[in-house]
Amino acid sequence: MKDTDITRLVYAHLLCIFSIILSTLLPSLFLENFSILETHLTWLCICSAFVTAVNLVLYLIVKPNAPSKRSSLSHKVARFLKCCIYFLMSCFGFHVIFVLYGAPLIELVLETFLFAVTLSTFTTVPCLCLLGPNIKAWLRVFSRNGVTSVWENSLQITTVFSFLGSWLGAFPIPLDWERPWQVWPISCTLGATFGYVAGLIISPLWIYWNRKQLTYKNN
Amino acid sequence: MRLGSGTFAACCVAIEVLGVAIFLRGFFPAPVRSASRTEHRAESHAAEPAAGAVSNWTKLPPPLFRKVVIILIDALRDDFVFGSKGVKFMPYTTYLVEKGAAHSFVAEAKPPTVTMPRIKALMTGSLPGFVDVIRNLNSPELLEDNVIRQAKVAGKRMIFYGDETWLKLFPRHFMEYDGTTSFFVSDYTEVDNNVTRHLDSVLKRDDWDVLILHYLGLDHIGHLSGPNSPLIGHKLSEMDGALMKIHMGLLSKERGSLLPNLLVLCGDHGMSETGSHGASSTEEVSTPLVLVSSVFERKPGDVRHRKHVQQTDLAATLAISLGLPIPKSSVGRLLFPVVEGKSMREQLRFLHLNAVQLSKLLQENVPLYEKDPGFEQFQMSEKLHKNWIQLYLEENSSEVLLNLGTKVLRQYLDTLKTLSLSLSRQVAQYDTYSMAVGTVIVLEVFTLLLLSVPKALGPAAELDVPLSSPLFSLLFYLSLLVLSAVHVVVCTSAESACYFCSVSWLVAGGAVLLMSALLCAVVSALSETAMGSSSKRVGKSPDPSSSKWSELDVLILLGTAGHVLSLGASSFIEEEHQTWYFLVSTLCLALCQEIYKNQILGSDQDLLCGLHAESGPLRALPTVSSLPQGRARLGDGGTHEATSALQRLGSTERAVVLASPWAVLACCRLLRTLNQTGVQGAHRPDLGHWLTSSDHKAALSVLAALSLLAVFLLVQRRCSLLSKVALALGLLGIYCYRAAIGNVMSPWPRGNKALSRGILEARFVYVIVFGILFMGTKALLRAQAAAAGDKARTVGLWEIHSGLALLAALLLRPHNLPVLVCGLLVQTLMAKFIWKPLSHDAAEVTVMHYWFGQAFFYFQGNSNNIATVDISAGFVGLERYMELPAMFLTAFATYVGPILWASHLVNYLSSEASSRSALRHACFCYVLICSIPVSAYVVLVTSLRYHLFIWSVFSPKLLYEGMHLLITAAVCVFFTAVDQTKLTPS
Ligand SMILES: [Zn+2]
Ligand SMILES: [Zn+2]
Repeated sequence: MKDTDITRLVYAHLLCIFSIILSTLLPSLFLENFSILETHLTWLCICSAFVTAVNLVLYLIVKPNAPSKRSSLSHKVARFLKCCIYFLMSCFGFHVIFVLYGAPLIELVLETFLFAVTLSTFTTVPCLCLLGPNIKAWLRVFSRNGVTSVWENSLQITTVFSFLGSWLGAFPIPLDWERPWQVWPISCTLGATFGYVAGLIISPLWIYWNRKQLTYKNN
Repeated sequence: MRLGSGTFAACCVAIEVLGVAIFLRGFFPAPVRSASRTEHRAESHAAEPAAGAVSNWTKLPPPLFRKVVIILIDALRDDFVFGSKGVKFMPYTTYLVEKGAAHSFVAEAKPPTVTMPRIKALMTGSLPGFVDVIRNLNSPELLEDNVIRQAKVAGKRMIFYGDETWLKLFPRHFMEYDGTTSFFVSDYTEVDNNVTRHLDSVLKRDDWDVLILHYLGLDHIGHLSGPNSPLIGHKLSEMDGALMKIHMGLLSKERGSLLPNLLVLCGDHGMSETGSHGASSTEEVSTPLVLVSSVFERKPGDVRHRKHVQQTDLAATLAISLGLPIPKSSVGRLLFPVVEGKSMREQLRFLHLNAVQLSKLLQENVPLYEKDPGFEQFQMSEKLHKNWIQLYLEENSSEVLLNLGTKVLRQYLDTLKTLSLSLSRQVAQYDTYSMAVGTVIVLEVFTLLLLSVPKALGPAAELDVPLSSPLFSLLFYLSLLVLSAVHVVVCTSAESACYFCSVSWLVAGGAVLLMSALLCAVVSALSETAMGSSSKRVGKSPDPSSSKWSELDVLILLGTAGHVLSLGASSFIEEEHQTWYFLVSTLCLALCQEIYKNQILGSDQDLLCGLHAESGPLRALPTVSSLPQGRARLGDGGTHEATSALQRLGSTERAVVLASPWAVLACCRLLRTLNQTGVQGAHRPDLGHWLTSSDHKAALSVLAALSLLAVFLLVQRRCSLLSKVALALGLLGIYCYRAAIGNVMSPWPRGNKALSRGILEARFVYVIVFGILFMGTKALLRAQAAAAGDKARTVGLWEIHSGLALLAALLLRPHNLPVLVCGLLVQTLMAKFIWKPLSHDAAEVTVMHYWFGQAFFYFQGNSNNIATVDISAGFVGLERYMELPAMFLTAFATYVGPILWASHLVNYLSSEASSRSALRHACFCYVLICSIPVSAYVVLVTSLRYHLFIWSVFSPKLLYEGMHLLITAAVCVFFTAVDQTKLTPS
């Protein structure tokens, strides 16, 4: 039972990675002068859109937490709206945190906000898909020893890696190498993306490695 | 002997300070300089040497030129004049250089290629050693002997237009001046127009001897858009026009006068390919030097190969040209082509003057100067010179004289070259032996600290220091022997000029003893640790410490490691404030996460309890399974207690707890905008500059008043009534002081009273500070005497804290008062709503205090650059410069952040901490966390000593680290003293 879960996890993650790779390659067929560094904002939008789409599709196909009871359409719509509000709130929240971390307040607002959106797609969207708009569940998953399934475990790992990636991505900014990717927020978005991808790769491996130690309540 | 870990740490840090001091002495060689540097005596100038007959040339030779104009173009790179750009944009200069009566050189500037040291080098001819920067902190005025001062003494009338750095360096030297500020880098037209607009009138007049123009525009363009921008061309053309105007003016003046005029075109430093400067790349150090005068020979032809000379050579040349004595600490040599047209006797006379000056400098700075090849050559040439003079006075045939003279001349030029070289080398040498001794001491102490962590942070907070055992250990004597042998060998070997060899044998012996004793201690601690760990392994006790680490501990460890690693990159040192801001923000977020986890998960027990009760045993978590089910809320014990502490709070208080990390974050973000610091951001506009500009004096006044009020409100709550009153009076005095010196608006009309220096007001505040500190100390001592003096001690400590805060408020510049307020506010918030409810242990609280202290160090506008030290703090309340108080005040004002946070740490731990050993733990942790970067940095700097940025970036940071360690030592003494008052039973 668990092995099948892990296999499904691997496929899902491969799909996510593929979507990110696609978001860097596909637009260059349609858009002129597209490159990650120069038209960074476009890439950010496309990447976020792709990742969100893949996550939604995965949610619809895999249904990792099958709802126990049938809910009405209005309930579903309310839930969806709630998810949207949560997503927007997380975007604004991240934006505020970036500003508190030292991002410029007035200049580069769009860049900062798109970075917040990207980070939200890497972290909040999977959370929303998996756990729904339920803060307590989120906190449970992200506190130590609170995970209850393979999916939650991988969610924990990818989210932490995305945060870590964007956190580490801020380090090269003060260096005087004068590279184009050192400009705010490019190094951070790249860091977040690499972190997310690393998390996607590492989490199935880690779960597979530790599958003897991991026992979840629900399984 | 058993020592408390606090006392042990204090001893360690004291020894470490010693080690760092020895290292610094080896790292920063004493600058080459003349012994008599400030006083100006009527000295006898070297007479012309003559054997037998007495020369009649005993006075200084007369000036060679009537008027001298120096055009200094900031950041003028050599290829801007001599390269293709010069040909294209500076046609007149190119014509002068290639066909006119001019001598052109490529002058090499020594790093740091920054304007002020370069101006100093040009005018004093000396290489500004790094220590000079420190020694001259008290006044920006150039105290060394220099051309401008000599010219002033000789009665030359000087005019200056341009960068106001000159006016700071040479106050009261210029008859007429107009300074332009180099602050607004975006302005590159006004700064130069402000210089050029004076030219027409000045060139018409005849009442001056020396005219100095410093054009800043080119440098600003470089910073804005680099050396390849089209703006450069325009600027060069403009400069060419100015030069042509001046040259024409000078030529027209020459008619009817006996002496010719001299025009000097030079740059202070070059410009890198990105348009910046400061380091030592070829583009940055190569500057053109063009001397134009109608007496110079026109020699078209060989213009491809320009002679490379040193920038320092200009001082000697200018002095000779103006008939002045050569600046005493100049290491430069006369640019010989300037005097080539003179008679042989005069030429020899000039060279002799230069050689005498250089050899004097050599005698003063090199102990074994007699063996120096330069000095030997000098004696030789002087002898030859004497013979020549004798022949000359006997009026021999001109051909013999000429041949012999040429020989003497060549001999002199060689002498000058050798002398100048050995003097310059004197500056650039590292004293490796002293550095090694210092490094060994520092590393030994650091290892000892690291090895004693488990014991020192144990519950007893005590450790054994075996003092007698070294006396009987073989290792001790062995290492003593080896080290002494090394010392003897190094010091008796040839041409070693180590500082450590020049100290007395007693001191050196003491240091050697110390090193071997430390080595013994390290070895014994090491063996103990090894034994301890092996016994543990035998006992098969699973080490639970690794699983007990919270996210915060991981962050602290990672942050410390990351900070130490970042010290290896020069840009991270320049922008170290970013590291600290980043770490502090992350710390706040981590605390936030901890609080929210406790708050939300703690209040929702049912779900989690159920979850954990079921899954707990399966998860191999001993804490969960061993605890009774009802109490098992979360995995580890610490959080569990914290949860209960949070639960006890009321709802409003809980809301404050939840909001406080965000408030702290917001405070920090606000302070970041106050002072832009570092290198990349230093030019950006910030709130501090906005406030200090004269247009916004009203805003500054309101802010200062409000800040002082806030300081009072934040500090007074735990003071005794008497000190509350004193505090209020003191804060009022501070406002009066700032009003008196004109920083803020006076609340009452002052009439026509001129600005005073506020001596009276400042001294009034000092008296109050002393009073409060005295009251605090008295309360502390009383607490020690009385048995139940816990409350008295808390009050006493808090009074000391408030006294320090008052002193800080006096010394900080008014626009920095919000830093103080925010610091106190953050301290209050964190102590009351975060540390206390979450009950962090002493080590964590200490590290957090240290991090905040570092962040506040940068919030107040400091950086790892010496230039940001606020020297004005050293003059508060002093009539004139007094070295000791001024140094103390400056150090205090610079390190206000770390000092106040350390003092708050003592307060917090002695009032809130439950454990008796908390203070000792804190002291030990503080020492450890401070000595990690110092030890790493000492090693790092040694390995990077030939790095490009060693002087511009790494050395200032080394000084800051040394100073910080000294402050840490002082803090630790305070810690230990407080701990002692707590310990003593009565
Ligand atoms: Zn300059
Ligand atoms: Zn510059």
